[in-house]
Parts: sequence; structure tokens; C-alpha cells
Amino acid sequence: MERGGREYTLWSIGILVVLIFALIPVLWLASLSLKPTDAVADGRFIPSEISFENYESLFEGGIDDSPFIKPLINSILIALTTTVISIVLASFAAYAIARLEFPGKRVILAGALAIAMFPPISTVGPLFDMWRTLGLYDTYPGLIIPYLTFSLPLAIYALVAFFREIPWELEQAAQVDGATPFQAFRKVIVPLAAPGMFTAAILVFIFAWNDFLFAISLTSSDASRTVPAALAFFTGESSFTEPTGSIAAAAVVVTVPIIIFVLFFQRRIVAGLTAGAVKG
Amino acid sequence: MEAHAARHLGPISERTRSERRLAWLLCAPAVIAMLAVTAYPIAYAIVLSLQQIDLRFPEEGGFVGLDNYASVLSSDLWWTDLFNTAFLTVTTVAIELVLGMAIALVMHRAIFGRGVVRTAVLIPYGIITVVAAFSWQFAFSPDTGFVNNLPLIADDMDWFGGRFSSFAVIIMAEVWKTTPFMALLLLAGLVTIDRQLYEAAKVDGATAVQRFFRITLPLMKPAILVALLFRTLDAFRVFDTIFIMTAGAQDTESVSILGFNQLISRLNLGLGSAVSVLIFLCVLIIAFLYVRVLGTRVEEGRPVK
Repeated sequence: MERGGREYTLWSIGILVVLIFALIPVLWLASLSLKPTDAVADGRFIPSEISFENYESLFEGGIDDSPFIKPLINSILIALTTTVISIVLASFAAYAIARLEFPGKRVILAGALAIAMFPPISTVGPLFDMWRTLGLYDTYPGLIIPYLTFSLPLAIYALVAFFREIPWELEQAAQVDGATPFQAFRKVIVPLAAPGMFTAAILVFIFAWNDFLFAISLTSSDASRTVPAALAFFTGESSFTEPTGSIAAAAVVVTVPIIIFVLFFQRRIVAGLTAGAVKG
Repeated sequence: MEAHAARHLGPISERTRSERRLAWLLCAPAVIAMLAVTAYPIAYAIVLSLQQIDLRFPEEGGFVGLDNYASVLSSDLWWTDLFNTAFLTVTTVAIELVLGMAIALVMHRAIFGRGVVRTAVLIPYGIITVVAAFSWQFAFSPDTGFVNNLPLIADDMDWFGGRFSSFAVIIMAEVWKTTPFMALLLLAGLVTIDRQLYEAAKVDGATAVQRFFRITLPLMKPAILVALLFRTLDAFRVFDTIFIMTAGAQDTESVSILGFNQLISRLNLGLGSAVSVLIFLCVLIIAFLYVRVLGTRVEEGRPVK
């Protein structure tokens, strides 16, 4: 394909369209968040004047009065805890599925697949009732437990796909040298499996970070409310002003780090998202 | 374990036995965690759905049989919401399939810019659905938005004032968010097609369009079906975008929003659970249609979303 040729131009336009379409909502939020209050409704895509007042108001009042700081901490802690537990449990299961022969393997894989298709709304009512009885309503574990359930299938599937590509002769060599199956797993396989586990961790983190349904159903205060739920409860400066600017600023704060992270690890994420999509 | 061992010819070795014990031990925590919030709650939801339980009136209650189901199924709201959900599911998934296939072909065939496109498609994947919904809502709102200032669009277009104009924005936001996943799944299927088939077809004089419909599509059928199954089930639970954009106003409610309103806003656990169980049944029917009628081989698929 020659530079300047017709085909080259068409490809370039196609790629540009995809890029612009992908970026518009992000740029638009950034633009809104930087507009001063009196210009939020000017309808311009590019702000005529830049102000950081929305960001300042977001963090104003510290942890007690800011509507954003506590939910941000909740989101980070809940998503990280979910990720660590989910990856540990999924690694154990994926190792067994990829490496060991045992009856029930297919049932576990089929069950994980079924759970991935399960509609979360069907569990919200019972969980709401159970969590209130058990004292888990509006707590971290109250969200971490359902996140674990719904993230485990994707973690297990991604990890099984990665684990199947590991050179397992090394494990046998370790066992020949006298290591128990568990030692062989921990000392030889875990280091080899770390990149795949990291990829699965990104997927699980994004899943927990993104959830809205459980977050608004199973929390009632800033004690455990995460950012997506908190955004839905944002209020304006007075009851007559819309909280558009603050929502935009909060959205930018929770989006930009994830975008940078996603772009930095894009190859791994694509590998994780499509792991096992095709039998190989 | 004993029962299982008996089925084997001869005794199983100590090594096999310890391997199985280890495997079960390794899988147990994950299995328990997955069942804790699915199998038990869905059973509990069925129990709740057969009772009159309204947390605002705790003294009333008791077993009412299928009354809750009768109330839900005889209400117009359920059928409106089911129509909305089905309509949104079919349109978003159809648009996604076409766009996703186009992007997958671009990524597969592109001689340059593949990295840029991959970068671009991962941005929507990384963004919180609620955040994206707010962004599109602000963009289309007549007060703050820029969309009405674009050429060819009426300046006073009230997108969220009507049912199908609201749907248009909801569909757009959903398509934006989930097309990347579709494109990546399709790309994974695309790369497995043997390039020699295309060369041979070219030699035989097949046009690009013929090659797409005679080679690419038939060979990708399994990958397409798996992608469609997962996206259909995912689209059917649409909640976040509608909740943020319209909260169900203008008859745009989905079944998930209906369930949420009954359960959490009205605290009517009996009626809400009946809605939940009905949604679960819908999902089972969709999965059954894909697997049994269309022949989707799910074991080749994967549950990542």
C-alpha cells in the first residue's frame, strides 16, 4: 500500500473515525469538568475558559464532607480485595483444571460458564434480605462476596487458558527432584504463571470497579458506597443546580488512571479477553 | 470417592488418589464462592416469590402460591419492560455485530494502524458504564449538550422527552461500550482462518464480497454464535445505562430496572423476587435457544465480559 494512495487514505479515515468515536465521551467529560459553573451549559465541545473549581469542590471538606473521597477509597479497597481473593481462588482451581485429572472437571467448567450467564438482578433481592439478617448490608464484604462470585468464572477461564501454555515439564522435573505437587506448584509454576495471573487480575479489577447494580442495591451510605453508586447520588450546590460539573470531574478522576493502565497493558488485556475464545 | 474408584477396573493408584484429592481441594474454595451467591440465592428467590413479603408492611405476609407471578404476568408494566429489553437487546447486539465485524476486519487486514485501533477499542472497555452513560446523557441533554449544536440536528431536540429518541441514545451508549468486546472476540475467530483459502478463492476469481460471504462468514459461524450468545445475555440485563439516563421515564424501563424498583425501592420482596425468577427463566430460554436451536458450542466460548 503506497502512502498517498487511495486505499491508504481510506484506511486512514477508517482508523481516524474509530479513534474519534472511542475518545468522544472521554474528551467530552474532560471538557465539561474544566468549564466554570456559569459556562457548563454553553454547549461547546471545547471549553472557552478553563477552571479547576469542579475538581476543588470534589475534594473540599476532606474525607468527612467531600461526597467523593470516601466512595473513591471504598471503590479502590473493594476492587483490590476482590481482585486478590478472586485471583488466588481462581489460580488454585485453574491449576487443578489445567493440570490434574479428576472427576468433576467438566462440571466445574460448565458451572462457571453458567454463572457467567447468570442475571445478577436475580440475586439482588435474596442478597438484600440475607445481608440485612447477617449484618453484611452496607459493608465491604457485602459487596466483595458477590463480586467474587461473578468474577471467578472469567478469572478461571482466562487462567486455564494461560496455564495450558506453561511448560509443565519443569513441574515434573521438580517432582522428580523430590518436590511435592504443592511445592512444585508454588516454587516452579507460580513464577511462570505470574504474567497470566496479572492479566486475569486486570480483568477482575475492571469488573469490580465497573459494577453498579450491587453497589446501589447493597449499600445505603458512604460506609461502603462505591464511586459508580455515589455518582448517581451526587447533588448540586443548591437544589436548583445540576451537579453536572462535579459528576464530570469525578468521572475524569476515576477514568483517566484506568485508561492509562489499560493502554499500557493493552496486549495483555486483549490476550485475556480472548483467551479460550478459540480452541487452540 | 470410594464409589468413583469402584467404577475403575482394578484399584486406582495412591498417586491418582492424591492427585484427585489435591484437585478437589484446590477447586473447593472457588466452587463454594461461586455457588454462595448464585445457587442459594436463586433458590431463596423462588421461596420469596411464593410469599407476600413487603418490608414496609412486615406484619402482613405468608404463602400465596403463584399469586405474585399472576400479578406480574397480568401487569402491562412487565410486558412493556420485556418488550423494551428485547428491543434494546436485539438492536444493540445487531449493530454491534456489524460494527464489531468491521472493526475486526480492519484490525485483521490493516497493514498499518492496527495498534491504534486496538488502543481505541480498549478505551470503552476500561470505562465505567455509569460514567459513559453520564457522558452521553450530558452530550445529548438540551441544557448542557453539544449534540444539538451539531449541523442537521434541531437545536431544541429533546432526546430524553420521547421513548424512541431515548432508546436511540441508550442504544448508542451501549453499542459504544460493548462493541470492543465483540470486535476482539470476532478477531480471535478471524485469525484462525487459513489464509490459503483466500488465495485459492482469489485465483478462482472470487471477489472480496464473495470471499467474505463464502469463506469468512461460514468459517466464523462458531465464533460468531458464541460472541452473540454472551452479548445477548449481557445486553438482556441492561441496567446501568437506563438507570442513569432516564431511570425508566418515557416507558424506557428494562426488566432489570423493574426488578430493582420492586425489590430495593419499594421493598416488595415477594413481587420483586417473582420478577427476578422470571428474568432468570428468560435467560435460560435464550441460552437454550442458542445452544439447542442454533447449535452454539459454548464449551469453546468464554465468560469474560
